[in-house]
Amino acid sequence: MQDLSLHILDIAENSIAAGATEIRIKIVEDTGKNLLLLEISDNGKGMDSKTVQQITDPFFTTKTVRKVGLGIPLLAQAARECCGDLTIKTEKGKGTTISACFQCDHVDRKPLGDICNTLIVLIASNPEIDFIFEHRKDDDVYTLNIADIRKELDGVPLNTPEVIKIIKDDISAWLIIANNMLQ
Amino acid sequence: MARLTIEDLKKIKDKQKATFSLREGGYRAKVTVHMGTCGIAAGAREVMTVLLDEIAQSKAEDVITTTSGCAGLCAREPMVTVELLNKPPVKYGDLNKEKIREIFKEHVLGGNPVEKYALVVGSETTY
Ligand SMILES: Nc1ncnc2c1ncn2[C@@H]1O[C@H](COP(=O)(O)OP(=O)(O)O)[C@@H](O)[C@H]1O
Ligand code: FES
Ligand SMILES: [Mg+2]
Repeated sequence: MQDLSLHILDIAENSIAAGATEIRIKIVEDTGKNLLLLEISDNGKGMDSKTVQQITDPFFTTKTVRKVGLGIPLLAQAARECCGDLTIKTEKGKGTTISACFQCDHVDRKPLGDICNTLIVLIASNPEIDFIFEHRKDDDVYTLNIADIRKELDGVPLNTPEVIKIIKDDISAWLIIANNMLQ
Repeated sequence: MARLTIEDLKKIKDKQKATFSLREGGYRAKVTVHMGTCGIAAGAREVMTVLLDEIAQSKAEDVITTTSGCAGLCAREPMVTVELLNKPPVKYGDLNKEKIREIFKEHVLGGNPVEKYALVVGSETTY
């Protein structure tokens, strides 16, 4: 996995597979603390404690199609490679939160990558899911709440190309500002 | 919501309401991009991004996209399944930007499956 935006997509796909109707994606960049935090939480079916125990074992998956679960172990590895870690909070029937933290300026820290396309792919292909995206960069914060947008649309499908376009423009505009803040 | 304004959404809403019945009747084509871990690592997100661009450019309002999980065939990722109304699904593999563009034009818009990229036609359980 080349960058963190692809990991986010992969972890969010787990939430979709778990039947989530609401998925929160949170990115926190704290330059002062030299910390990068990713958090994906959902209201899907959750996991029992046995699954959680097995989950960081790279030879485990509950799927029958293929023998190895890869997604979570790969993100855990990416975090540990830069003095970070991955934690799983989950309750059967309630939902799951996957958090990964990274030392921001670590040489091995993967770049965030194309966050915009990750969000657009998720939103356009799952128009019934309430995605909430929050990106904090030091004192600045951007939030995108799909449930609010859906309300405004009043029955017009969220995956209408024109709607997707304005959502994409909105995220891009924020990311340009956020990236400029870096320098 | 940062800059995206209520007025922007309202404009789209009013315009779309007029043509809405077109979509209400269901979709003519559904394209599923396999978004398992291997698929994502092999470029599935880019394939989906190209698809969304093509749909927007061609104004194909009756085409929808969705994602599915692991398809159990890592080596052939990125993979896509194209389903046209009343036609058997066609599964494609080893895709990239150029191939998915060709499949979109020929198969999704034109109705003719692109045999050279097809893995399976019909049942999902052939392999
Ligand atoms: N958000 C989630 N909700 C419920 N179960 C999950 C969630 N994320 C992961 N799981 C469980 O953990 C397993 C391992 O996930 P992962 O490492 O991504 O591998 P894979 O998705 O390929 O199986 C999944 O098969 C699933 O059973
Ligand atoms: S993720 Fe590798 S075959 Fe499914
Ligand atoms: Mg997974």
